[in-house]
Amino acid sequence: MSENAGLSGQERTRSTLDPVISLTDVSKSFGSTHALDRVQLTVQQGEFVSLVGPSGCGKSTVLQLCSGLIRPSSGAIERSYENIGYIFQEPTLMPWRTVEQNVRFLGELEGMSRRESRRRAAEVLALVRLEEFDNHYPMALSGGMKMRTSIARSLLLDPDLFLFDEPFGALDQISRTRLNEELTSLFADRRFGALFVTHSVDEAVYLSSRLLVMCKRPGRIAAEFEIPYEFPRIPSIRYEPEFALLAGKVAAALAESS
Amino acid sequence: MSGAPALEPTGAEERPSKGGIGPFLRMAAPPTLVALLIVLAWYGVTYFVLEPDRRFLLPPPHGVILQGFLDGGVLTEILGGLYQTALVAVYGLAIAFALGFSMALVMSQAKWIERSLYPWAVVSQTVPILALVPLLGFWFGFGLMSRVTVCVIISLFPIVINSLTGLQSVEPKLHDLLTLHDAGRWTRALKLQIPAALPHIFTGLRTSAGLSVIGAIVGDFFFGRGRPGIGILLDRYSRRLRSEELLAAVIVACLLGVAAFWIFGVIGRRSVGHWDPSWSDKRQKR
Repeated sequence: MSENAGLSGQERTRSTLDPVISLTDVSKSFGSTHALDRVQLTVQQGEFVSLVGPSGCGKSTVLQLCSGLIRPSSGAIERSYENIGYIFQEPTLMPWRTVEQNVRFLGELEGMSRRESRRRAAEVLALVRLEEFDNHYPMALSGGMKMRTSIARSLLLDPDLFLFDEPFGALDQISRTRLNEELTSLFADRRFGALFVTHSVDEAVYLSSRLLVMCKRPGRIAAEFEIPYEFPRIPSIRYEPEFALLAGKVAAALAESS
Repeated sequence: MSGAPALEPTGAEERPSKGGIGPFLRMAAPPTLVALLIVLAWYGVTYFVLEPDRRFLLPPPHGVILQGFLDGGVLTEILGGLYQTALVAVYGLAIAFALGFSMALVMSQAKWIERSLYPWAVVSQTVPILALVPLLGFWFGFGLMSRVTVCVIISLFPIVINSLTGLQSVEPKLHDLLTLHDAGRWTRALKLQIPAALPHIFTGLRTSAGLSVIGAIVGDFFFGRGRPGIGILLDRYSRRLRSEELLAAVIVACLLGVAAFWIFGVIGRRSVGHWDPSWSDKRQKR
């Protein structure tokens, strides 16, 4: 967006960073349903990209394609990340493992030493502020705490690409705002590449450095916005007039696309 | 439990005694009351319904205790039978578990295997055991081996079904997580499916333990060679019209079934109660 002249310097630095993933002309059909049509998308290291769109526009399909869980019908996907973190809509914790054991799970899969995984687990649990709950079972946690555990589990491997599939959709507004705030500081700290799918315009504007609006049938990218705020973002920017203006523009683009 | 507040209006006082004898009493009192009523009804039938010359059909409870449990010879005989029957039930359950769990594990690996084996698991449930008696006797003889086989056939189904349900109960997204990290079949089974299946497996074991006891007693009737089990004793006492001993043996057989169910209840609560809501103590207190 042209109005962000002041941030162009930062933009340039980012663009020199390597893309962690890029999709070129990616289409996907499920049987006779044309789910995605020639999607172009690049996420760079240290870039937080949000994907907003109406239900059924194929946002989650984009994530599945990025992760390699499904293959595109046509087009190319170039992956240059080393580790990927995938945060699902549900926390998907293992109820038989404690918080700490859940967080160390991916370390086990990747053959990390016990000592290393213990050390890292303590570190990431502190990052999501769950250090005092390491011995609790998921049954005893609130929805927000379960989601934090889920994020900590992925953080253990220090991924350079994070995929988020509406992770906070099931939470109450207070927990959601809280987790949004924590996520931006996490992002400011770790500077991974992030692709964040959500229904909420407000959340998308608050979290991202770039925002893509998708339209449906077939799903494709209809509009793109740059969000100029610095990271980590302070909660009060949600109440600034520019924020409202930007959110209004995104909402208008969204209304047009659905 | 709904009757408890009427008997004990001072509910507030019970709170502090949590973990003491209070909760145990509240748990045990209602069934004990029912047991007392049954004994009372039993006496009623013995002395008021049956004429003296037909009283042998239902001897009074104290008669059963005196002749069935306090008579050394009879008690030894019944306890020997109990041991024999329990042994058969344990063997049967162990084999049924090994077989049933392996079947479920194989079935959980691919849809086509599940489709091929599932109908046979159902068949094992519908087999009329009586029809197999001559065949089992023919193959395995009329002793221990055949009795154990009866137990296995009877208790296999709940283990297969519950284990399979459990192995398939994993959230699909957790499977995705393992796929993302290139986990193989074994890792998936060991780290994901089997732990997730444990609560269901214990449910299956609890059901099958009771069935296995039934199988052991039924097996006794047909395959009586070797040391006598409870089933053989039941048969023997009823032929000789020794109703006190017969009732004592029936009670012991019931207790064995209850014990089998109870043991797996305790094991289940101990092993998965801390993370599975259906096995946790909290649910029962509600």
